[in-house]
Order: sequence, then C-alpha cells, then structure tokens
Amino acid sequence: MVVDRKPLNWWERSYLPAIAGGFRVTWRHFANTVFRRKSVTMQYPEEKWVMPEGYRGAPYLVSDVDGHTKCVSCQLCEFICPPKAILITPPGPAGMAADRPNAEKMPREFEINMLRCIFCGLCQEVCPEEAIFLQKDYSLTGLARGEMIYNKEKLLKLGGVDTGIQKWKQKLDEAREQEVFPVQGSAS
Amino acid sequence: MFESVQYWDPAAQFVLFSALKILVVFGVTLVFVSLSVVAERRVSAWIQDRVGPNRVGIPFTNIRFLGLGQMLADGLKFLLKEDFTPNYVRTVYFWLAPAITLIPAFLTLAVIPFGSTLGNPNNRMVIANLNVGILYTFGVVSLGVYGIVLAGYASNSKYPFLGGIRSSAQMISYEIAMGLSVIPIFLLVGSLNLGDVVGYQSGGLHTWLVWKQPLAFFIFLIAAFAETNRLPFDMPESESELIGGYHTEYSSMKFALFFLGEYANMIASCSMMVTLFFGGWTPPWGAEAATTLWAGLGHLACFLVKVIGMMLLFIWVRWMLPRFRYDQLMDLGWRRFIPIALFNILVTAFVVALWQR
Repeated sequence: MVVDRKPLNWWERSYLPAIAGGFRVTWRHFANTVFRRKSVTMQYPEEKWVMPEGYRGAPYLVSDVDGHTKCVSCQLCEFICPPKAILITPPGPAGMAADRPNAEKMPREFEINMLRCIFCGLCQEVCPEEAIFLQKDYSLTGLARGEMIYNKEKLLKLGGVDTGIQKWKQKLDEAREQEVFPVQGSAS
Repeated sequence: MFESVQYWDPAAQFVLFSALKILVVFGVTLVFVSLSVVAERRVSAWIQDRVGPNRVGIPFTNIRFLGLGQMLADGLKFLLKEDFTPNYVRTVYFWLAPAITLIPAFLTLAVIPFGSTLGNPNNRMVIANLNVGILYTFGVVSLGVYGIVLAGYASNSKYPFLGGIRSSAQMISYEIAMGLSVIPIFLLVGSLNLGDVVGYQSGGLHTWLVWKQPLAFFIFLIAAFAETNRLPFDMPESESELIGGYHTEYSSMKFALFFLGEYANMIASCSMMVTLFFGGWTPPWGAEAATTLWAGLGHLACFLVKVIGMMLLFIWVRWMLPRFRYDQLMDLGWRRFIPIALFNILVTAFVVALWQR
C-alpha cells in the first residue's frame, strides 16, 4: 500500500493549524475531566468493579440456609488441590458430630492457604456437597504469612450462605416420607 | 529587635537584605519546583482523561488536600533512594554535571525583579539590580548546556552521549534566536536593566510589551521551550528514543538535581518572559513602586500569579504537541526564527528611529 504524501502548503508548514488542533483536542479532554468529571479512572479501593457471574476468585466455605456447615470433611478438595493449599483436619473416629441432622461428620479444622491457592476452581468442581465455592474476592491482603491462612471460621464467615440444595436434610425428608423409618436395606 | 537594623551601616544592611532575599527566592523556587511537578502530573492526567495523584495528603492523617502531599513524597523518595554510581563512568565529571546544570538555573533568578519594594524605596525586590541584566542572563543560561553535555560525556554510555550531543546543538542554536528576539525590547526600552523594562510596562495592560512585540514574544517563548529541554523540543531527554538521554545513568539525588535544574530553568524562563513581555510585577491596571508593605506584597503576588500562568502554558504545551524531529528542530531554529528575529530587529529599529525624529 502506498501512502500518498501530500506536500504541505505554507500555512500548514507554519505548524499553526496543527497547534490549534492540538489545543482543541487537549482542551476538550481537559474540560471533560475537570468540569464534567468524566475521567475514566476508577477510585479503586473505594469503588470496585462489578464482577461478572462465574468469576473465579478466592474459594470460601458456604453455610446452608439453616446456618450449618455444608462440608462433610470428605477431603476430596484437599486431594485434588494442585498447589496443596487446602488442609483439612477430619474429626477422627470418636470426633465431634456434624452440626446438622443426618450428616455423618464435619471438619474439625479447614484451612486454605491463600498464598498458595491459584483460584483454579478444582475444589469447587470436585465437591460432592456443594460446600466450597470460588467467590468474587480477588484482593486478599494480610500483614503476615500467618494471616493469609484462612481457617474454617473465617472461611465460613466470608463464604456466606448458599441457598442451594441441602443434601442430607433432603435425604432425611425423603426418608421420613417413607413408611418405614429408618430405611432398611439398600432401597432408595 | 527589627528596629535596630535601620541604624546599621548601609553596607551591612545591604548584605543582610540580600542574604534574606536570596534565601527567600531559593526557598520559594524550591517549593515552586515541587509544586510544578505535581501540577505537571495533575494537568497531564486531566488532559488524558485521568485523575492524577490525588491521594497523598498531610502525613499521618486522612486529609488529602488535593494530593499536594505528593510534593513531600516525591522529594523524600529522591532523598532516600540509593545514590548509585555505575563503575564505568568518569566519576568526577559524573558528580559535577548535576551541580553545573542546577547552578545556572538559580543564578538566572538573581536579576529578575520579582516585586517593587516592601515599603522602603531603597530596598528593591531584586537580588542583583544589574544594569546589564539581560546580558548576564544570557551569559549564565548558556552555561547550563555544559552540565548536560558533561553528563552525557561522563556517563560513558551511548544514549546519554547522544543526548548530550543533541542538547549542545539544540541549546546553542536556540540561544541565538533567543538573544536576537529580545533586542527589539531593548531598542524600545532603551536600557538593559530588567527593572527599567518593568518600569516601561508599568502603565497597565495596554503598555505590556507583548502587544508591541508579539513576534519577539513568540520567538522567545519557543526558544525558551528549546532552552529548557521541554517538549516539543526535549531532544536531549526524549524518553522514547534515548531512554532519558543525558540522565539515563543517574539515580537518586543526582537525578533529582537534574530534575530540579530543569524545573528551575522553567521557572527562570517564565519569570524572564513575565518580566520582558507581561509587565513583571505590575498588576494589569498599572502601578508605581509600592510605598507600603501591603502594596509590595500585592506586587509580589501579582508576579507569582503571572509566573504560574506561564508555567501552566509550559505544562500544557508539553502534553499538547508531539516531539519534533531533530532536523525539523534545527530547521526551525536556523532557517525560520533567526531570519524572523533579524527582520523584527530591523523593523523595530526603523520604527523607533522614525518615531524619535
């Protein structure tokens, strides 16, 4: 492609039209920013982006609508976690019972090291209980490494309430609808 | 305590007042430099639809104060950074160059009349009331190029060297246009003393020399851009081509001195333009030398406002125009401005000669 270079006339060669044009453009932007407040800058820590649905931020544990922990300490997420960021302490054979009816157990401690976590979402994908979700937080800060290891209490608080299914409660309700309770044999 | 000063020996009084004026001018210039750095960043941001530094306020509080705390933060940053000298530089010149750049910039301010008096008619608000003021200025300003050339040479590295070479060529060629452009002023005024130049323009807005000599002002302004290495003529620096030019190898306080020198130069040339073309310290409605303290302070404020206006022009132009190509720059200096300035001298000389007959 050949670009046609038109010879400039003397008026254009005096640089004055270019300077006037430059002033017009800069003044327009200046006036827009200063008088009409149309700057493109977002005042970040005060205002933040609205994250789209499906955004993969930090993984947090969620509670069900009754305020119970959904996690049953199956440790699937711990095993799949590529950077080994999750550490679950199961209750053990004679450990504490789950805080909701019919569920077998709940973790005694559930820690995610947010310095290791890569926000990949495998824990959410593998979870049979829908107890852990990648949420919309992306800017996690702390003053020490220890602060960045989030424990169960903190994760549950940050995770909030999930309005999805309550698997064990549902199973319990289904079972109660049966004539015989508890259900005998392997019938569903 | 202060009353006893008037019984002192006149020479001692002169020394005292000169020292005071030097200190105040130096301090005000330093504050102005840091203010203009912040102003530069804010104005550039506004022109580019951004916000600019608006966070840093008064330390240890949540008061933002328009982001003016950035001045302190910038200065502190330069002070605390590691002062690094690369091992391949020519050390003596490397250390000397920033000082040589900075000193002429401040020396120029000595002859600028930045106010009339503060009540006492014997104590004029100018550090050195030279009767060759403008010659002194040109003499000192041309020293400024040595610092930059020396920095380019001492850095012993190719980009600073190119920057130094460009700077010497550019500054020397624009010095001529600058010198020629102010000759008509002195043909009209009939004196080289900058105080007399201000006196000539003290009748108010219509007596300002910018109306009588717009061509001279125009050439002086553009030459001032070139002399202070500002865009559109920042060849010696040209970040995108020479990664900073002559100060590529400099860091910390030595870089800060170059920075300071550049902005002090800007302030000096703005003050010079205000003095030569915009009536110096006289307000737009005209004024005689002040007889009271308050009138004197008013004149100082008037001068500062005019200088701030010129600084804003400098800043605005930087973000408005792209950099000139090197040959265009030289072409503009030698083949346009020098002939125009000569023509302007001739016409002015004819008019003055006819007028006085």
